[in-house]
Amino acid sequence: MSGKQRIAASAVYLLLVALAFAFLVPVAMMLSGSFKPDDQVLVQAGRLSRLFAAEFSWFNYRDVFARVPFARYLFNSAFISLCVVAGGLLVNSLAAYAFARLHWPGRDRLLLLVVALMIIPLEAIAVPLFYEVTLLGWRDTYWVQIIPFVANAFSIYLFYTFFLGLPRELEEAARIDGAGPWRIFFRIVAPNAKPVFATVAILSFLTQWSALLWPLMVTHSETVRPLPLGMATFYSLPPLQWGDIFAFGVMMVTPVLLIFVLFQRWFVQGVATTGVKG
Amino acid sequence: MKNTQLAWLFVLPALSGLLCFVLFPFVLSLILSFTNLRLGSPLPLEFVGFKQYQRIFTDAAFLAALRNNSLFALIVVPLQTGLALLMALLVNQPLRGMVIFRSVFFMPVVFPLSLVAVVWILVLAPGPQGLLNQLLETVTLGAWQARDFLHDSAWALAAISLTSIWQGVGFQMVILLAALQGIPQALYEAARVDGANQWQQFVFITLPQLRNAIIFVVLVTTILAFRLFDQVQIMTQGGPNHATTTIMYEAVNSAFGSQQVARAAAMTVVFFIVVLLLTLLQRAVGRQQGVN
Repeated sequence: MSGKQRIAASAVYLLLVALAFAFLVPVAMMLSGSFKPDDQVLVQAGRLSRLFAAEFSWFNYRDVFARVPFARYLFNSAFISLCVVAGGLLVNSLAAYAFARLHWPGRDRLLLLVVALMIIPLEAIAVPLFYEVTLLGWRDTYWVQIIPFVANAFSIYLFYTFFLGLPRELEEAARIDGAGPWRIFFRIVAPNAKPVFATVAILSFLTQWSALLWPLMVTHSETVRPLPLGMATFYSLPPLQWGDIFAFGVMMVTPVLLIFVLFQRWFVQGVATTGVKG
Repeated sequence: MKNTQLAWLFVLPALSGLLCFVLFPFVLSLILSFTNLRLGSPLPLEFVGFKQYQRIFTDAAFLAALRNNSLFALIVVPLQTGLALLMALLVNQPLRGMVIFRSVFFMPVVFPLSLVAVVWILVLAPGPQGLLNQLLETVTLGAWQARDFLHDSAWALAAISLTSIWQGVGFQMVILLAALQGIPQALYEAARVDGANQWQQFVFITLPQLRNAIIFVVLVTTILAFRLFDQVQIMTQGGPNHATTTIMYEAVNSAFGSQQVARAAAMTVVFFIVVLLLTLLQRAVGRQQGVN
């Protein structure tokens, strides 16, 4: 490296470290605060030196479980997200395969409908959907948080564009060997489409795991409420104890962070594909 | 026609879901917005024409919501896109440790907004507890007067913007990074042969090549700005004095606070029209490029 290059590299690192600092400090504050005794959490909480204070206690974690049904929230969130992801992977990929590979009357018009539905965000239909599920008597259940979100136009579109790009030869060969469309889909197409399955799984998981608006509208019992809503209610539950809130936050985000660390490449790739297709 | 039956079998589960839970409620919202529907109301259901729209467009809170969403978009879109581009350019440098920085910048994307909102209430707190006030005080050598950002109508929306950028910028960075890595190296080599410096390469190669990705990022961020809800619900409840209320916050309040489903439906129709216009605008801008 020449001297000039070295200076440029140092400038880049300096900027990167400053930015990383901005992203890490609020997280560090949460983590360190979750281990402080209640009377210590807010003492000079704005000072960086306090992030490394010596106090240590598990009490906040114990308090979370004593004050709210955290384990229940966690189970609800995991159950709802997994059902939406698993169901969504199945029905949306099947539909996309019919659009991409099978020939049937009405196909192109329906595909156009799916693409048009992509631009309707949940927020635009939340109110009538709320009215609809009220009439159906679905409020305050798991179903109401799962069924409406399994079918997803954007997921179909992501699967569709991926399937179009797959070489046809493998499927042709299987067909000559006498395999039917179901067999071809599950044995040939799906195993060759792992990246798009991962992308769709991650995007829909993140959406469901973080959902606040819809659960807030349709649930009122602790037994079916997911974590984000648990967080919102916990925050407004007196007495306001930041140590407990941080402990809740740490436990809420740890599972996702673990998944993120393990499957990081897929996360980044998944998000990147949404842009390429745009 | 075995093939047709089979295709319908493949499509039916997803299609029926989309029809029941996207298309039907969408059509329903258009219809409801022209009625007087109010849950639990003794009045008979009737069509009232544009009355709900007339009402919301003369309602101070809803007008404030429209203004806030627009203002929020005007703050967040340029800042977040610019920052995402800067971060993508930095992380794309052929230096060691870039994967770590990329992960750190992307990490908040996997944090639910409800959690981020709660944590940032403390970051933005006044006095010695608030990180941001402390930081500004240190940087200005004590000249900064600590503020209660979230309870100050001049600052509350900016504070929510900052929170949102912190959580979301990594998403945009990753999209722009992918686009950056898709630019053919040959273009840069040719430019270097022609004697172009770093800045010229950025302006004449990088930016034009990133055009579509940037348009996409701007569109997605703008639509997200109009969907703003979680942060407001948790951090300010629309206050102080409507300074941070949003279309969705008003819609949810109308539907629940006062059971006015028709009024809330009219608000979400307005929201959808905004999203539709933005999408059409993006298509138009994107197409122009094909002509060039």
